[in-house]
Amino acid sequence: MTEALLEVDRLRVEFGDEVAAVRGASLTVARGEVHCLVGESGCGKSVLALAVMNLLARRGRRAAERLRFAGRDLLALPDRAMARLRGDRLAMIFQEPTTSLNPAYTVGSQMIEVLRRHRGAPRAVARDRAVELLGRVGITAPGMRLGQFPHQLSGGLRQRVMIAMALMCEPDLLIADEPTTALDVTVQAQILRLLAGLQRDLGLGILLITHDLGLVARVAHRVSVMYAGEIVESAPTAALFAAPRHPYTRGLLACVPVPGKVRRDQPLGAIPGVVPRLMPGFQGCAFRARCGHAAPECASAVPRRPAGATHDYLCRLPADWVRLEPAA
Amino acid sequence: MIRRAYGLDQPVIVQFGNWVAKAAVGDFGESYFFKQRVSELIGARLPITLTLGLVGLAIAAVVSIPLGVLAAVRESTAIDRAVQVVALIGQAMPSFWLGLILMIVFGIKLAWLPVSGTGTWQHYVMPGIVLAFSAIPALTRLTRSGMIQALASDYIRTARAKGLSSGSILIKHALRNAAIPVVAIATVQLGFMLGGSIVIETVFALHGVGFLAWESIGKNDFPVVQAVVLVLALIYVGLTLLADMINAVLDPRLRSA
Amino acid sequence: MSAVAEPARLAHRRRLPGGIGRWVGTGLGGVIVGAAVLVALLAPWIVPHDPFAQDLPKRLLPPFWMDGYDGIHVFGTDQLGRDYLSRLIYGARISMLIGVSTVVTSGLIGITLGVVGGYAGGRVDDAVLFAITTRLSIPVVLVALAVVGLFGSSLSLLALTLGLLLWDRFAVVARSTTMQVRQLDYVAAAWCAGCSRVHILLREVLPNIASHLAVVATLEMALAILLEAALSFLGLGVPPPLPSWGLMIAEAKGYMFFTPWVIMIPGVALFVLVFGINLLGDGLRDLLGARADP
Repeated sequence: MTEALLEVDRLRVEFGDEVAAVRGASLTVARGEVHCLVGESGCGKSVLALAVMNLLARRGRRAAERLRFAGRDLLALPDRAMARLRGDRLAMIFQEPTTSLNPAYTVGSQMIEVLRRHRGAPRAVARDRAVELLGRVGITAPGMRLGQFPHQLSGGLRQRVMIAMALMCEPDLLIADEPTTALDVTVQAQILRLLAGLQRDLGLGILLITHDLGLVARVAHRVSVMYAGEIVESAPTAALFAAPRHPYTRGLLACVPVPGKVRRDQPLGAIPGVVPRLMPGFQGCAFRARCGHAAPECASAVPRRPAGATHDYLCRLPADWVRLEPAA
Repeated sequence: MIRRAYGLDQPVIVQFGNWVAKAAVGDFGESYFFKQRVSELIGARLPITLTLGLVGLAIAAVVSIPLGVLAAVRESTAIDRAVQVVALIGQAMPSFWLGLILMIVFGIKLAWLPVSGTGTWQHYVMPGIVLAFSAIPALTRLTRSGMIQALASDYIRTARAKGLSSGSILIKHALRNAAIPVVAIATVQLGFMLGGSIVIETVFALHGVGFLAWESIGKNDFPVVQAVVLVLALIYVGLTLLADMINAVLDPRLRSA
Repeated sequence: MSAVAEPARLAHRRRLPGGIGRWVGTGLGGVIVGAAVLVALLAPWIVPHDPFAQDLPKRLLPPFWMDGYDGIHVFGTDQLGRDYLSRLIYGARISMLIGVSTVVTSGLIGITLGVVGGYAGGRVDDAVLFAITTRLSIPVVLVALAVVGLFGSSLSLLALTLGLLLWDRFAVVARSTTMQVRQLDYVAAAWCAGCSRVHILLREVLPNIASHLAVVATLEMALAILLEAALSFLGLGVPPPLPSWGLMIAEAKGYMFFTPWVIMIPGVALFVLVFGINLLGDGLRDLLGARADP
């Protein structure tokens, strides 16, 4: 699990000269790992994913010290070669399964074109593969579903179709951008279980983008917490939940009720304020306006501190500050 | 005697009632001038007008769909603005005047095409171009806005995430969806074009129903004029129904609903 | 790394809608329309010659940019020796008159139908929709020609006919925008406050759909001017010797192969005026955020 599949180092994404959506975010997804990217809406999670896929809107500009996938430099890759990689080695599914499938074509034709594009497979072969995958993602009567149009399927089925479509070429990495947010709670659980199963069985690396920490705890090997375009803390799941270092991570965790740990009469935590929209050139810690530990030095550059071999965070506070601070 | 023969001695409302009753079974009476059944006259001229309409629509589609796609792909750039200016120019061009200019340039100066008349396919080229001008602005704008909407949609993001080629994304995925309203409007537009072809047929002396109607108005041959109005109105109604059917074929969501 | 520009400049730069080009276009449209209005209003005082005075020995004199310009008739003379510039100026008067009167008549009909249908809904709306559909099935040019053919050509008949025929877009847009406005809170509030229907329609609904209707008005004005020219060209519009631009082109048609400028001058004038009105409408659409499509 140590081979790096996706390496993102100090990625920056700007839209025009008005918004800096991602400000030097770094993360590494190992082969076969489920890496969760967590954060509030608007913190830049989706933009980071789209930047990796080179799917940014026309005004979006990306730059990074390093952006490598399976040893290939994505920044140096021409658009055509990148398109060849997408859908083949690197797949992505989205939040809205309802609008993410083309209403004009059947499920089958949309799945088949992936294999035909990347493998040049004959129609019949591609069709067999599509049937197989629809079965694999738990769709009954896959042969019949192939001939159906997206509007004839439920939301959960559509997301399964999206997943199956993403798997057509057996990718190494699947980026799932809030794949369950738009779905019913029961369906959410099914889709998650499906993703976890696929990761186990196929050795698939998954970058799962979510704002749902409960979900993270269940499936992730590693978690990166994103705030205002930066990764403020990154750690193995157990370490993060056991000993979060960044005040923002702690705030996030305080928002999640844990059965047995939270007393009935104790109010749930909440982080006051919202994620700020930052201009290019912003200095210092972006969380300082909402942070209970803010100090004058937070306005200047903040160090990235280690809290163990595979755990680091972005804050002026020392790694042992949690112990020094009396529990709330 | 003539007044009686044509029933002109009766009140207008009775005349009109008689005409409607007969027209319902395809009997439009007899032309005062041509001394011929109106239905035969129109039947002989209608194919020419329909050909002109289809040629015009085909030229309009060939010009405006690529222009609209181009403008959408290059949204808010100089190219987009240029396409919109072209649409505005098309909208402001008086068709009869454009017809005369084409006649001078291609008919006389270059002598590539016949100036007027009916007969060969060359006779349809200039009138077709002029007629196309009336549909190009609307079709271009519609293609553009449909494509802009389609290109911003989630399924285009999916298509890109699947690594499809830009041609496949643009044509197969975006244009296919953008085309649904365009085809519907184009069908209805054909109805307007047939109605507007009277000016162009007259300019180019192309002997379709429009030219027939113009001649007949000048000769007070009202059975013919009434019949042409009715036929064009019916064609328009037929085309709107056709547009609905084409929509149902193109949009699977309407098919099963 | 070089892809990201200098991380500076925090100031917001508010972009103009559609950029500079759009403002130039709208301004140009405004100038053209304004000039046409002025020329139309002041025609009797600014014409260099009598537009109806024939001077047969001075037929088809060329305009100032061609050889043989006589230094008197700036745009030359027509086949009857009438001063072309003077006729062009009076032609602007006819075009503007037709355009304005058509918009007024068709606007009254269309807006009334559309607002009533859109506000009342139900059967009333069905009737309005049926009227719109029926109107759309009528071939405008043909019916206008037939009416003029039947009753004889005159300027006022032509204006009335076009007004009675071109109300469809007003009705469609007024109807759909009224339906949207009807659902807004303040309209409901006015209704709850016991305001009369007429009061709500005139004071609450109409001002809110006015911007959309203004755009439609420009489109219809342009269309009416083009149609008048086409009908006059076909000989069933404005009667001679009135100098309608369409009629000028029709009368000059026989000479166009030898002296093309005789059809170029009125044609360009017609094109520029209609283009200007459309530019203005396009600009209005963007500035007011209105739409003119159903």
